[in-house]
Amino acid sequence: MADDMTPLPTVASAEADVALVTETKVRKFNINFGPQHPAAHGVLRLVLELDGEVVERVDPHIGLLHRGTEKLIEARTYLQNTPYFDRLDYVAPMNQEHAFVLAIEKMLGLAVPKRAQLIRVLFSEIGRILSHLLNVTTQAMDVGALTPPLWGFEQREKLMVFYERACGARLHANYFRPGGVHQDLPEALIADIDAWCVAFPNYMRDMDDLITGNRIFKQRNVDVGVVTRQEALDWGFSGVMVRGSGIAWDLRRNQPYECYDELEFDIPLGKNGDCYDRYLCRMEEMRQSVRIMRQCCAKLADTPGPVMTEDYKVVPPRRADMKRSMEALIHHFKLYTEGFHVPAGEVYACVEAPKGEFGVFLVADGSNKPYRCKIRAPGFHHLQSMDWMNRGHMLADVSAILGSLDIVFGEVDR
Amino acid sequence: MSIVTTERLALLAEQITAKAGGAVTGSTIAFGELNIEARADQIVPLLTLLKDDADFQFQQLIELCGVDYPERPLRFDVVYLLLSLTKNLRLRVKVQTDEDTAVPSVTGVYPNADWCERETFDMYGVFFSGHPDLRRILTDYGFHGHPLRKDFPMTGYVEVRYDDSLKRVVYEPVKITEYRAFDFLSPWEGAQYALPGDEKAKV
Repeated sequence: MADDMTPLPTVASAEADVALVTETKVRKFNINFGPQHPAAHGVLRLVLELDGEVVERVDPHIGLLHRGTEKLIEARTYLQNTPYFDRLDYVAPMNQEHAFVLAIEKMLGLAVPKRAQLIRVLFSEIGRILSHLLNVTTQAMDVGALTPPLWGFEQREKLMVFYERACGARLHANYFRPGGVHQDLPEALIADIDAWCVAFPNYMRDMDDLITGNRIFKQRNVDVGVVTRQEALDWGFSGVMVRGSGIAWDLRRNQPYECYDELEFDIPLGKNGDCYDRYLCRMEEMRQSVRIMRQCCAKLADTPGPVMTEDYKVVPPRRADMKRSMEALIHHFKLYTEGFHVPAGEVYACVEAPKGEFGVFLVADGSNKPYRCKIRAPGFHHLQSMDWMNRGHMLADVSAILGSLDIVFGEVDR
Repeated sequence: MSIVTTERLALLAEQITAKAGGAVTGSTIAFGELNIEARADQIVPLLTLLKDDADFQFQQLIELCGVDYPERPLRFDVVYLLLSLTKNLRLRVKVQTDEDTAVPSVTGVYPNADWCERETFDMYGVFFSGHPDLRRILTDYGFHGHPLRKDFPMTGYVEVRYDDSLKRVVYEPVKITEYRAFDFLSPWEGAQYALPGDEKAKV
């Protein structure tokens, strides 16, 4: 794209003649984009090499939010580690916990009760909507719209209240536990989530009216940041980044976990692989998530039962039991001091997080702490393609492309 | 949850070992996942084979990371997690190396290995030969050491703060005297150390 761009000589040369300065065709300079820039979606420092307004090279400097999560995890028991996963991609916390507990369950061979699976799927989809709402609306803000984030955050607030009613925390849930979920949902909460699902499509229609057909939004996103199918594969893309390029790949469908294979949903695909297609995919995924949530709510109504396995070597006993049973008390004490031991070995478990494939590569040495826990963050792989995706684009496109990559620095920097 | 049978994985391991021509040193199947151990100097041809051969088609490098085993002579594992979208298969390839021996970079096979190798270098100090730009990535500018090595202390060596009198950010040695690492391992199972009074048991 850079090659067929011609410089704009009219004004520049006229001024040069007046000032009697020899005209230079090449005018390159470097600028810093961020780390404190509202469109950097957190703490990203981009060193941009520009030729006029055309981007020639992008060097993302990351790590400004590096907290050493993987090192910290090695010093804590398995149960103490789940809260760290809330703090990775902090706009969809439970999806991250999900990958970690799946890894532990795979190693321990734990089976999760049906009701817990439904609750996990329900809250994973809430997380997906939380994340997509944030991304879609802030992407609109990056290209100049102000109303979408205001509307979107109202819906996010409602969803975070559901988080709070389930586990007591709006953000850092620590709700998914090895063997199930921490507590059962009250009936009223399931009814309220279902009611929200009925109302949400109206909001989606409003958003459609506001953004999808908007001329400015289209000008800034259509044919910007095009990713071909081959590029999407080569660069380790996942989630919306491959589906936007037309590759039918969704872990919920291709490698189903929990009870996704019993639920009905469609997977939207893009055609052109540009920022606009990725936006459309996210919008449709939100509608599909609502569809999944409604099925979960209906199934939860006629699936009573425990939300944790009954294996008290791994999951803590109920508090009422502890008041009466010595054995339950001992189990509780052992679990919250020593924790449970995980057999030696290596597993990789992954989930379709809102941003792509979020995986946990867990190496256990048979003790009560992980020996190594590698966190596979989708954003890390997406962000490194900022360089080639931006080449030849204008400076203003950088924020549009960055917005469509759906970057959250909690997971990129870990 | 497991969608791939052990037989299919065993067959795959056989095929890879046969085609790789000595690059593969062993394979294990555990928890429904296939591990391939390979020679570090053969990693580029092996991954090229796994990516391009019609029988394997591992199009994506999902992750590349290090693992540290300080008690081994070759203390680091470099782990490559591969995914085939067409065959719907996952595969893990492991090579071993030490602090001095560089592993050939696979950026030519999977371009997204670039940042992964930078991160592994940053965290473990594993070198990758032929990498286009092997800089630190996650740690601070001017950081020393490799934090994920097992002999790197949890607190680190340097702490940073803003000094109001100097009006700038200053770096100082860490002042935390002791990291509170509690040992909750049961002395009856798991713990591998002598407790006070253990010596009397043999008297």
